[in-house]
Amino acid sequence: MSGNGSKPKLALYWAASCGGCEIAVLGIGDKILDITEAFDIVLWPVAMDFKLHHIEAMEDKSIDVCLFNGAVRTSEQEYMARLLRAKSKVMVAFGSCAHEGCIPGLANVTTHEDIFQSSYHDKATVHNPDGVRPQLKTEVEEGTLYLPMFYDTVRTLDQAVQVDYYIPGCPPESNRIWEALTAVMEGKLPEPGSVIGEKSTVCDVCPRIRTDKTIKAFKRTWEIEPDPEICLLEQGIICCGIATRAGCGALCPQVGSPCIGCYGPAEGVDDFGARMISALASVIDSEDPEEIDRIIASGIPDPIGQFYRFGLAHSRLRRTSLRGALHRRNAQGEVQP
Amino acid sequence: MHDENFDPRIIGFFCNWCSYRAADMAGTARMNYEPNVRIIRVMCSGRVDPDFVMAAFAKGADGVLIAGCHPGECHYNNQNFKTMRRYALLKHTLRAMGVEDERLRLQWASAAEGAVLARAIDKMVEEVRDLGPLNWPENWDTPPEVEDAIRMMEAEHAEALEVTA
Repeated sequence: MSGNGSKPKLALYWAASCGGCEIAVLGIGDKILDITEAFDIVLWPVAMDFKLHHIEAMEDKSIDVCLFNGAVRTSEQEYMARLLRAKSKVMVAFGSCAHEGCIPGLANVTTHEDIFQSSYHDKATVHNPDGVRPQLKTEVEEGTLYLPMFYDTVRTLDQAVQVDYYIPGCPPESNRIWEALTAVMEGKLPEPGSVIGEKSTVCDVCPRIRTDKTIKAFKRTWEIEPDPEICLLEQGIICCGIATRAGCGALCPQVGSPCIGCYGPAEGVDDFGARMISALASVIDSEDPEEIDRIIASGIPDPIGQFYRFGLAHSRLRRTSLRGALHRRNAQGEVQP
Repeated sequence: MHDENFDPRIIGFFCNWCSYRAADMAGTARMNYEPNVRIIRVMCSGRVDPDFVMAAFAKGADGVLIAGCHPGECHYNNQNFKTMRRYALLKHTLRAMGVEDERLRLQWASAAEGAVLARAIDKMVEEVRDLGPLNWPENWDTPPEVEDAIRMMEAEHAEALEVTA
């Protein structure tokens, strides 16, 4: 991949994420040595001591592959995304946060202001008598200090910069990471813009038996002891396997726990929630609008958490209405809109 | 926030067998109704993937009207019951997203019910006009200050680099 006989350069970076993706990289075990054998790692904040200015000083496109995990929610993360994009030949959105926003993306049901209000003032454990809040710019004796700007809306990596490939999963399974890195090493990458992973759904690899059974009520996992053989959805447990990309080996449904969609939307699914809605409509056994509403209201109290746990930032609508959030805040503060 | 000058953009998904013909009938009978619905003909209301509705809102529609045969009269046996359940799930989800109920409507209209459909359209346009524009993509706008914040960071880094050198 690189000229002059030197090893290809690899960068790993994290933005708005939990760190699980980094652990998943280490999870490939002994093969990590093969990676250092095959690649020259130039940036990996969690494991190695390279500094930002090393990257800033590099020529554009001098990194062969960048595995970027984490969503973009601050100007600092956006800066890093732009910087690494400029320096990298191949930019990979690595893991669910970079791919589709994941859990950090659930912040899109609220706003910057609401998060700060809660974190710096309202929480019972917060002691902040002076009402101190992070400022973008602070003057001190030694000069001016800056903090990154915190956005209202968490963005996926490809909503911030151009992305070449996606590796799905929260976190990606270690064997899949190895497969992807092997593809890079051997130059066998698929078409740019594609997701490196399976094309089918979790249902396709799930060994549970599907019939045509429909249900009168949705159940939470603690409400029933599921039959070990039958499809969980047909037992009333909302399982997201229908809309979720295969790649995990259907680990959760095999042990009686519903798929929650951590591997992201399956090939051809543009909006995870829309696909779930479509599928669930076929399972509900009722032709009476009022009964349907009752089944939905009691079974799906939190549709965003249910349908967009991993993909709110990547969904069609991306977030809840900002205007709605403003109204809510005004109503709470009893300020007229 | 009723504004007579606001012309809502409403996307209509009408089924081929009943409601599209109802719209046709309203037209041939020269009934007056609001011109705000852009009609897309689908073979069945059951063909309306919830993603179509999400996409319409995400691309700037102020409302979405789904119209199909009356329950029990579907050309494809029972697909409009599926529509009924999808609609309920969609509404539940859109409500959580902060999209007002009036912006999504399901209307049954047989091929003979041109007048019913025309009145439903009038009512929906009126309700959406009262709500005002939805303008969903505005929710993602990046404030211009972001670029300033990034520039500040670049300047700060350049300064730090000088020190290291």
